[in-house]
Amino acid sequence: MKPGRISLAAFVALGLLSVPLQAGTIEVIVDKLVFAPVDVNAKVGDTVEWVNKDAFAHTATATNGDWNVTLAPKQNGQLVLKKPGTTDYFCKFHPNMKGRVIVAP
Amino acid sequence: MIVRLSAVLAAPGLAAPGLAAPVLAALCLLTAPVFAQGAKPTDPQIAHVAYTAGQLDIDAAKQALEKSKNKEVRDFAQDMVRDHTEVNKQALALVTKLNVKPEDNDTSRALTKQAAAKRDELSKLSGAAFDKAYVANEVAYHKTVNGALESTLIPSANNAELKSLLQTGLKIFQGHQQHAEHVAADVK
Repeated sequence: MKPGRISLAAFVALGLLSVPLQAGTIEVIVDKLVFAPVDVNAKVGDTVEWVNKDAFAHTATATNGDWNVTLAPKQNGQLVLKKPGTTDYFCKFHPNMKGRVIVAP
Repeated sequence: MIVRLSAVLAAPGLAAPGLAAPVLAALCLLTAPVFAQGAKPTDPQIAHVAYTAGQLDIDAAKQALEKSKNKEVRDFAQDMVRDHTEVNKQALALVTKLNVKPEDNDTSRALTKQAAAKRDELSKLSGAAFDKAYVANEVAYHKTVNGALESTLIPSANNAELKSLLQTGLKIFQGHQQHAEHVAADVK
């Protein structure tokens, strides 16, 4: 095996190992008045990005009042998760749209 | 609603021979405005009813924006204008694409008549009394339209794209109904 290959493999392995330690972005698709997935599993520091595919304005509003993300028609909205815990959220304009963010420490 | 309607039709007073059929039909429409008589609407009729229902709610919201000073009520009314305008824009785009000409019908006419009566009634109110009556009517109106969408309009729609748009519309209107219920609890 050539030295080049080894270092590449090591690099890839290191890269893979380091991914879980970095904050990531979790996408939630908003389409036809549904948040998908309904449950988001994340950890502190991660970002949730709502991708609003609807031509309607929505919000992602925490039921406990901790946060409120406005989602203009066909626009995205982001939230950085700062504390652990489970938060239910809904759309203020269409309260039948519901989701949940579960944040591990 | 259908059961109540049958009861009305069966009532001796209304079954009196002197009462013309169109009057009975009008009564039916006023009680349960959307195809409660069992007649299956066609796609052009369904499109007309759905569009009319949206437009009437936009008109109601415009009245609220003229009369109300309550922020929550005004915000709600603005949401209604925005969402129903978008749904109707999609509906128009779809009927154009499908080359369907929306067809006026008794249900659309009854909805329009009822809405006009409600608008007159609300025009005489102001302040908190107006807010309360407007929001209460929004709850009732969305409930009626949702019932019609679920029981008649969606099952009767032949075209898959029309059906899909009506299904999205139902989710939106159900959301509006819940939103209106929240506002109603606040303006009590």
